[in-house]
Parts: sequence; structure tokens; C-alpha cells
Amino acid sequence: MRESNILKMQKINKSFSGVRVLHDVDFVVKQGEIRALVGENGAGKSTLMKILCGIYEKDSGSIMMDGVDIKNYSIPEAARQGIVMIHQEIVLVQDLPISENIFMGSEPKTLLQTVDFSEMRKKTKDLLAQLDMEQVSPDTLVRELSISQQQMVEIARALSKRARVIIMDEPTSSLTEKEVNLLFRQIRRLKNQGVAIIYISHRMDEIFEIADSVTIMRDGQHIKTEDIKGVTYSEIIKNMVGREISEYYPPHIEKVGQEILRLSDVSNEKIHHVDLTLHKGEILGLAGLVGAGRTELANAIFGIDEIQSGEISYQGKKYVGKSPRDAIRNGMALVPEDRKRNGLFLENTIAFNMTIAIMDRFIKFIHQDKKKEQSIVDDFIDKLSIKMAGQEQLAVELSGGNQQKVIFSKWLATQPKILILDEPTRGIDVGAKMEIYHLMNEIAASGVAIILISSELSEVINLSTRLGVMCEGRLTKIFDLQKETVSQEMVMHYATGGYADVS
Amino acid sequence: MSVNKNSYIKNNFVYKFIKKNLMILIALLIMFLILAVGTDSFMTGKNIMSVLRQISINGILAFGMAMALIVGGIDLSVGSVMALTGCLCVQIINNGVPAIPAIILALLAGALCGFLNGVIAAFTEIPAFIITLATQQCFRGIAFLMTGGKAISSYDEVFCSIGTISVGPVPFLVVITVMILAFTIILLGHTKFGRGMYAIGGNKSAAIYSGIHVRRIVLGSYIIPGVYAALAGIILAARVYSAQPGAGEGYEGDAIAAAVLGGVSFSGGIGSAGGVMLGALVIGFMNNGLNMMQVSSYWQMVAKGLVILVAVYLDTLKKSKRLKIKKQEG
Repeated sequence: MRESNILKMQKINKSFSGVRVLHDVDFVVKQGEIRALVGENGAGKSTLMKILCGIYEKDSGSIMMDGVDIKNYSIPEAARQGIVMIHQEIVLVQDLPISENIFMGSEPKTLLQTVDFSEMRKKTKDLLAQLDMEQVSPDTLVRELSISQQQMVEIARALSKRARVIIMDEPTSSLTEKEVNLLFRQIRRLKNQGVAIIYISHRMDEIFEIADSVTIMRDGQHIKTEDIKGVTYSEIIKNMVGREISEYYPPHIEKVGQEILRLSDVSNEKIHHVDLTLHKGEILGLAGLVGAGRTELANAIFGIDEIQSGEISYQGKKYVGKSPRDAIRNGMALVPEDRKRNGLFLENTIAFNMTIAIMDRFIKFIHQDKKKEQSIVDDFIDKLSIKMAGQEQLAVELSGGNQQKVIFSKWLATQPKILILDEPTRGIDVGAKMEIYHLMNEIAASGVAIILISSELSEVINLSTRLGVMCEGRLTKIFDLQKETVSQEMVMHYATGGYADVS
Repeated sequence: MSVNKNSYIKNNFVYKFIKKNLMILIALLIMFLILAVGTDSFMTGKNIMSVLRQISINGILAFGMAMALIVGGIDLSVGSVMALTGCLCVQIINNGVPAIPAIILALLAGALCGFLNGVIAAFTEIPAFIITLATQQCFRGIAFLMTGGKAISSYDEVFCSIGTISVGPVPFLVVITVMILAFTIILLGHTKFGRGMYAIGGNKSAAIYSGIHVRRIVLGSYIIPGVYAALAGIILAARVYSAQPGAGEGYEGDAIAAAVLGGVSFSGGIGSAGGVMLGALVIGFMNNGLNMMQVSSYWQMVAKGLVILVAVYLDTLKKSKRLKIKKQEG
């Protein structure tokens, strides 16, 4: 008889240099179950999963597969047991074909012990067919695939190893809506084949859509595992942060000031004929699929991309900004989407990061007013309650949420009139998200105009005063959320160019 | 908030300097001890001053190299710039121009060389390694063309005295080096330009988003090494009373070594002038000490190579430790 509990982790403990990060964690998954694993950053999810993959050694506790206690747990042992992790960042060799990526390290051999390329190709073809990708040749270079297709290749690799438990760490963070649906279809297919899926995500909507059950972790402890039908959104969040959440989203802004920015028929290679107005004290949301032109619109306003035609008027006057420098001088600020690539100086200190855009204020020729700099930095550390060891701590050592707060501080320090936020809560845990939502409201209330770009629909719907929807470089709809209520389906309708069904 | 009595000490720049450069300071100290005990003539004022005089050239080059490295590039052309400007300077003097204006012209020529490197680095996507490898050839070629391939001697008294005169007990060359050190410290640590350099070297894209004049700063970060190299070239020519088109060959290697030993990151964004000075001191005293202990110059090369490897290895160790901590938290 086969036990239906495919995986059973019991009383797992783990400490790093004396700090206990997992306390007696139990984690049980059934065959064919999709289990969401949630918790704030530092709750111990990643550590638990790395123990499951054999990357970290557990201090105590047991791991059982099909009711058999596995001793001497290690990376190869985990692989033998069919445990496969699909990482958040794609780890494929970009310049090798799909087939060689899938069978890397376990290539089929011919009699002469050389790699059997034809067999490899054939097996790859079968795997791709299983994933509805029969139109893609096994010889295609990974570089030529879209991100979601690359993810499918990772799944194919997992399948090739006869995976029984697949761990997915935020698999949708760089996928478009359509690609997410495709991924979900494959996850359900795997489920039907009896594979157990452990699904780590910060996106609540997705968890409710895909998971059968949810495990909540907090401070290295297993808090609760429940059937997804038996819990509510706010219960999960409450258990994650460990306190009652009175208001996850701040109340809608009611009073909006005068116009500050107007785009008339603005176009470049990526955006087409955009007309838009922005008012003081408002939060203008921008929704749309990935690649719809939202980031590109922000970049055009901020002077990173050129504007080829059309006009921007700013505070009633014609505005021609050629660079981010011009934009900053004129009181604009942009918190970019990819904070590691475009936002942070990881190897520099918190203070350096926070003041890089306002050096004029405390450096005069060769005179540096260190005290002034420190007081500016202290101010923001206080105001945004950034958790850190000191001003001189390096940015790389902070958690995602605190890194984002450092970037917020850097731009708030410039005292902007317009603040553009591109996916400000991506990859940030619930507690920090909430803080950022409330912070945004405060900023807007002080008269700053905010443009909020987000792929989380509930976020833009709940925070924006008006909500613009973009599709293929065009602004297809603007909802006035002070006057009308909008559903996610309505937004998706316009985001997909009117092709999606409105229910 | 750390408002305890230690905070003053902790913010003190001497404390910071020692903490940041602890490894290399210890290395320098051990070397001093060994040499002081192991040889008779090392710990004499005369020897120390002579080593410091020798270090000046590599030190000055290393400050320039550090700038190019910090901004995320490298300058392999410094040796050739030395030869080119040295030859130019002596040639101008030999044509009857007084030494001071000739030196100024040579420094400007160095700035022009750096400007060429900088323009290409700032406005194209060609890697700095390739740019300066190419200009290294060009500048060297021009030096040979200018002199017809021959060394040119100088008999100008003012010019030749640069290498020998002293300010009190301190050789003039040491004074120049200290001035360049001070200038570099101020530029890197106290100006917007310096912060911009660290920002660009740390994350160029983020620097653009932060409104930093990326091109202007990159340009400047190559002009200064050019000027420094010219200064080194003039000093070298003055010390040997002649300018040679083949001078300074391979000097970029020692400059890179000093910078890296002094904690400058090869991937940009990290480094300090004080550390580089220590790096140059280690290399200088090591050469001198090994000479005194009568180690053959071939073994000296081996030793220098090993020291660089060990130093950089220790540096990477520090980095990977930090990454590990980060991973455990995540």
C-alpha cells in the first residue's frame, strides 16, 4: 500500500551561527497536492526548502518519503527521491539548446559512452509535447525563448528527473498574465500525474487560484496548515505577520489638487499616442500586462527613453527633459522596477545610497557636511522605520523590503513633486508591503503626485484615485475610482485589448 | 542609534582607516620587522628615504589606476603615456624652452592621452581593457616616432634636479607623492565627482537613474590617470637624466598590483587612496627588502606574484563570507 503522504518532514530544527532559524517544523505534503508555502521574508521558508533539497543539513528532525525515513540526507539523495526545485531566477545555459539543458549532467549515452544526441533530442521532444510545447524544436537555443518558455524548460527538466515533489519559488514573478495561466495549467497537469507541488509566493491572488492548501510560517515556526477553502485572505495575512490587520490598504484618497503634468499625444518606439493628466496629491495607477508599455511610459517621462512626438507640459509649462538628471532637477523621481539593477548600489552603504541624488545639498566643491548628511539619513531611517545595523551598513545586507525603503528614502529626499513607482512591492513580504502602501498614501496626502505601476491588480485598484490601463503601448482606458468601482476582470478586459471576457 | 562614548572613536577617520586596511597594515608591519631584524642597512634613514623616492613613481601611477578601476574601467596605457610625455618634455626642453613650461606642456599631453581614453570609454561600449590596450600601443608608437627610437638625454639643471632635491630631509619626490595622495583622497572622498565615480563603478545603470553625469565623470576618471602618468614619466626621465621611448613598459602591472593590494575592487566601485598608498608601500618595501636580502630578481618576481594572489584571495574571502550571511537570511 502506498501512503498518500508523499513527504513528511518532522521536527526540523536548524541554526545558523547560533541563531535558531527553524523550530521543530513539521511539514507534510500529499501526493498530487498543490501546497502554497507563505510567510514573510526570514520566516524560514527558504531554509526549510533548502533542507528539503539537501543544500543545508538539518540539525535535527527527520525527512520521510513514502513513509520511509531517509538517513544521510544530501543533494544527490534528494535528487534520487525526486525532489526538484525550480528557482526564482532561471538557471539555464542561455547559449545551449533546450535538449542539452534538460539533460545536463544526465545525458543519455551510446554504447561508446559518447552522448547520444538523437536519443536526447527524442526524449526532449516527448517532454516538450507533454507541456504543450511540441511546436518548439529541441535544438532551439534557450536564449531565443521567452521567459515563460524557459520556465517550461525548467519544468521539463524536472519531469525528466521523474520529479515527485517540485518546489517552485515565486515562479510567476517575471511572467505575463497569459504566461501565468499557461504555467498554472501545467501545474495542474503535474498534479494530476500525482506530483506534489510546493508553491512559494507572495501573491495572494495566485495562491487562492492554484493551491489546494496553504502552510503559513512565521519566525521559523510552522504556524498553520489549512485547506485553502477554509481560510480567508485576511486570515492568512494575519497569521503571517502575527497580529491583527485592521487595514491592509489605506483608505482611498479623496481630495486631489490641481493638474501638474499633462502628456499630449506622446509617442516613441514603445508607446503610442498617450494622453494623460496627473494631479497633485493623487495616485494614478497604471495596470497592464508585462510589456504593455507602462515602464516605457515612465521611462519616457523621466528622460531615460526619448520622446519622438507629442508634448509634455509640466506645471503649466512645456517640458523638454533629455535625461534623468533634468527630470530630477525639475522635481521628478522614479523608483525603478528592477531595484537591484537600476536602483541600488549594493556594495555601498545605506547612507551613500540614500544621498546619491541629493549630493548638492551637503557637498560644496571639496567641503562635505557629514553631519548634515547623517541627519538627513537618520531622518529617513526613522520615518520609514528601516531595520538596519547602522548608516554604514552595506545595502546588499538588507532584506528586500528594507532595500526598497532605502530607495524610497533616496527619492523622497529629493523632495519630488512627481513620484513614479514602478512595481514598488515586487518580491517584498506582506508586512513591508503594507507599510509601503500607507507610506504612499502619506506622500500623496502631502501633495505629491504619484504614478503607481503594478502588476498586482488588487494593489492598483485599492490604492489609486484613477487607474489607467495600458495595452501594447497604448493607454486604452482610464477609470475614475473616486466615482466608479472596478473589478479585476474589467481591468483585464482593457489590458488585453478587449479580447478577454468580461464576466 | 549609537550615541555612546565610542561613537566618536568609531567615526574617527584614523580608526576607520585602520579597520578598513587592517590586513595590509599587518603585512606591512611584519615585513618591516623581518627586514629590520634580518638586515643591517634597512632601518636607516637613508635607505627608507631612498625607497620612498623609488615608490613615488609606482605610487602616483597606482592612484591613477585606482581611479580607472573604481569607475569600473582600467588604464593599461599608463606606461606608454609615461614614455610619450617623458620624451615630449625632454625634447621641448632641448629645444630651448625652460623646464617649468615644458613640464606643464607634458602634463597637458598626459591629460590629452587620458582624454582620448576617456572619450572612447564614455561614448562607446568598448571595454576599457581593450581601449587602453589599443591606446597603449598607439602612445608607445608615437613616443618612438617622436624620438626616432633613440633615448634623448637632458642636461637641463632644473629638470634634472627634480629627482635629487629635498625639502628639508624629505626628498622632493616624496613631497609630490604626498600631494598627489592628498589630492586623490579629497577627490575620491570629499567631492560629488568622487561619489559619482563610486556610484558608476558600483552600478552604472543605477547611476544613470540617479541623475549622475555618467559620461562627464567617466571622462574625468581617465584624464586624471593620464596626468598622473605624465607626472610619473617626467619624474622617471628626470631621475635618469634622459627620456626613453621604451620607458615605463610593464609599469601598469605594478600599478594594478598596488591598487588591488590596497583594496581596490577589480569589478569597480570599491577602493580608497589610503589603501592604494599602502599597497604601493608594500610592493616598494618588498622589492627593497628582497634586494637587501640578496634574493635574485627572478625570485622577486615570483614573490610579488604570490603576494598579489594571496591578497586578492583574502579579499574575495571577505566578500563571499558576506554573501553567505545574506543567503542564510534569505
